[in-house]
Amino acid sequence: MAVKAPSRKILDLLPSADPVRFLAEDGSTVTAPDEYVLPSDELLLEGYRRMVLGRRFDTQATALTKQGRLAVYPSSRGQDACQIAAAMALQEQDWLFPTYRDSVALVSRGIDPVEVLTLLRGDWHCGYDPVARRVAPQCTPLATQVLHATGMADALRRKGENGVALALVGDGGTSEGDFHEALNFAAVLRAPVVFFVQNNKYAISVPLARQSAAPALAYKGIGYGVRSVQVDGNDLPAVLSVLTAAVEHARSGREPVLVEAHTYRMDAHTNADDATRYRDEQEVEHWRAADPIERLTAYLRARNLLNDEIVNTAQADAEALAADLRARMNADTVPDPLELFDHVYAEPTPQLREQRAQLAAELAAELAAGSQAQEG
Amino acid sequence: MTAMTMAQALNTALRDALKEDDRVLVFGEDVGPLGGVFRITDGLTRDFGEERCFDTPLAESGIVGLAVGMAMGGFRPVVEMQFDAFAFPAFEQIASHVAKLRNRTRGRLALPIVIRIPYAGGIGGVEHHCDSSEGYYVHTPGLKVVTPATAEDAYWLLRDAIADPDPVVFLEPKKLYWSKSDVDLSTRRVKPFGRAEIVRPGRDVTLVAYGPSVPVALQAAEAAEQDGISVEVIDQRTLVPFDDATLTESVGRTGRCVVVQEAQGFGGMGAEIAARVQERCFHLLHAPVLRVSGFDIPYPPPKLEHAHLPGVDRILDTFDRLQFDDVPDPRHLADATTATLTATATATAAMAATMTAQKGATV
Ligand SMILES: Cc1ncc(C[n+]2csc(CCOP(=O)(O)OP(=O)(O)O)c2C)c(N)n1
Ligand SMILES: [Mg+2]
Repeated sequence: MAVKAPSRKILDLLPSADPVRFLAEDGSTVTAPDEYVLPSDELLLEGYRRMVLGRRFDTQATALTKQGRLAVYPSSRGQDACQIAAAMALQEQDWLFPTYRDSVALVSRGIDPVEVLTLLRGDWHCGYDPVARRVAPQCTPLATQVLHATGMADALRRKGENGVALALVGDGGTSEGDFHEALNFAAVLRAPVVFFVQNNKYAISVPLARQSAAPALAYKGIGYGVRSVQVDGNDLPAVLSVLTAAVEHARSGREPVLVEAHTYRMDAHTNADDATRYRDEQEVEHWRAADPIERLTAYLRARNLLNDEIVNTAQADAEALAADLRARMNADTVPDPLELFDHVYAEPTPQLREQRAQLAAELAAELAAGSQAQEG
Repeated sequence: MTAMTMAQALNTALRDALKEDDRVLVFGEDVGPLGGVFRITDGLTRDFGEERCFDTPLAESGIVGLAVGMAMGGFRPVVEMQFDAFAFPAFEQIASHVAKLRNRTRGRLALPIVIRIPYAGGIGGVEHHCDSSEGYYVHTPGLKVVTPATAEDAYWLLRDAIADPDPVVFLEPKKLYWSKSDVDLSTRRVKPFGRAEIVRPGRDVTLVAYGPSVPVALQAAEAAEQDGISVEVIDQRTLVPFDDATLTESVGRTGRCVVVQEAQGFGGMGAEIAARVQERCFHLLHAPVLRVSGFDIPYPPPKLEHAHLPGVDRILDTFDRLQFDDVPDPRHLADATTATLTATATATAAMAATMTAQKGATV
């Protein structure tokens, strides 16, 4: 029996065997598939600048955990190109659905860094206005946000807003049921959503090999009829090009796209994690050589697009961002306990009103006892 | 005035909501051309088109997660879970997102979602088709939880739920889907959302019920009347927000309270109601607040559900324990006496020890 050649449809959906790449690790250029265009010099310089700022924010946030100013911080160091490209690929009318690890993408989308850190500072669960920013609250229950992005994409289509939703998810998150349900729903509904997997090789301590036996996570798209791509996640030109193409395909083609970026989490899962328990320094060293900022710097330098003045300006801006962040994060905040009752429902229930009054009385008594003790 | 089943009333409510508000969308499993396995969405796809009422792939977490995104995008999704136990895959979306998003975002993102769930037993269904799951939802702050007992109330509660700015878990008692009653939708005759209704006035006992237990409670009240006990029946209607006022006022008059629920009793809604009544009415009570419920067992097979579900007899037996003759409930007496004696003995020993110690200190 003759074996039928795969239909074009299947080939359309399958990811390329190798990740899309524009730059080798030393910054020299390599050939990418024809369908992807190298972003303009201007965009690459913008990407460079944003990565420098993003990296500085990330380092500062980790430092703030040591000073007790943040409860915890999950760093995205090493994933800088993915973070910045996610922000740059989206238009103003598009929506971003981030995880706990994606603070840098939020800062790069223009959200005040202090508002981004409200969650980890412990003041409230989300510090920015999601509607004004078109950024969902950072999501911790793994992969649940991928469904929200799908629903939002369908809502944008229904309203004729020509918007796209981009969901960020980790390699571990692709094992969750919601990831699969979202791919399936999006394909059936033809929702303009991009699923962006940052495969940083670990889910806390669990390595990729224990997470999936797929040839690559991008192959998870084909079973659902979702077009998929793999990209070198430490190659900013490649991630930006692939993500922009995916977003525009979702927008014009009214169908989902799955993008898997191969990258690496340079720091531990969070500041509270000890990565030496499950991975060796050699592996980390290997990835240090693949640093996305250094790679882009080498390329831009080789092409004479980057000079000392641009580098110095970017670094000065990054230091200013860090200094401003430190100053504002060093101020003590006193969240109002009574606000705890205000947003459970549109109108507090009678029971919540009673409980609010109870807490108000407790606080007043505490205050009175405190001032009495001071007098005494 | 027309005779209507609860299923028809729910269908009418969905139609009227779809007609009045373009943002209302209905979706779930088999809700399209089939009209849902209980036919609640009958004809909606035909009359409003696929864009307004549609079948989704088969995945409950997906359905609710999709609804979250759509509501964030400005729509008012009304989703159907096919059966109570089949809503469990969606529990993470419900508990972690549907219930919390308004609060997480300091009120910036509201989720006006209605999750309709055919609910509870009494229809001879095989396992996984008869669960009383209200306990999980009422224990989740941020959700509103309602269950109607009559066709007319079903219509208005569903309209209210769809219009509500907050997410509502709407529990539809399966066994009442086909019960017919006179309905007049020309004017609103039912209480507002969040208020309980006294559906039968009485003097001696307040009998609290909701959803599928309301008709049983009314039958029990009728039977008790023959025995000379006048029973006031309250249909709680909305479990969250909970109407303490109606209940407290009633128990204040009757001095006795019994709560009926189909669900297993341990840690359930009935326990919450009993606690609330005794907290508010302690000095007005002539007897402990009692619960009548299903047993603490997984839902039984169809031929045994009659043994599990609280019926008229179990309610009447409970009335016998309401100490009308001022005789303590013999069931707990033996235990209570032993416990009291033990407690007294321990306390006496402790006091003696303290006194000895004090003496030692003064010497
Ligand atoms: C449903 C759920 N299960 C478990 C966790 C705890 N948890 C937080 S992060 C994490 C690892 C996730 O790995 P991955 O998806 O690869 O993302 P990464 O942290 O590497 O960015 C786990 C298990 C969670 N947040 N949500
Ligand atoms: Mg990971």
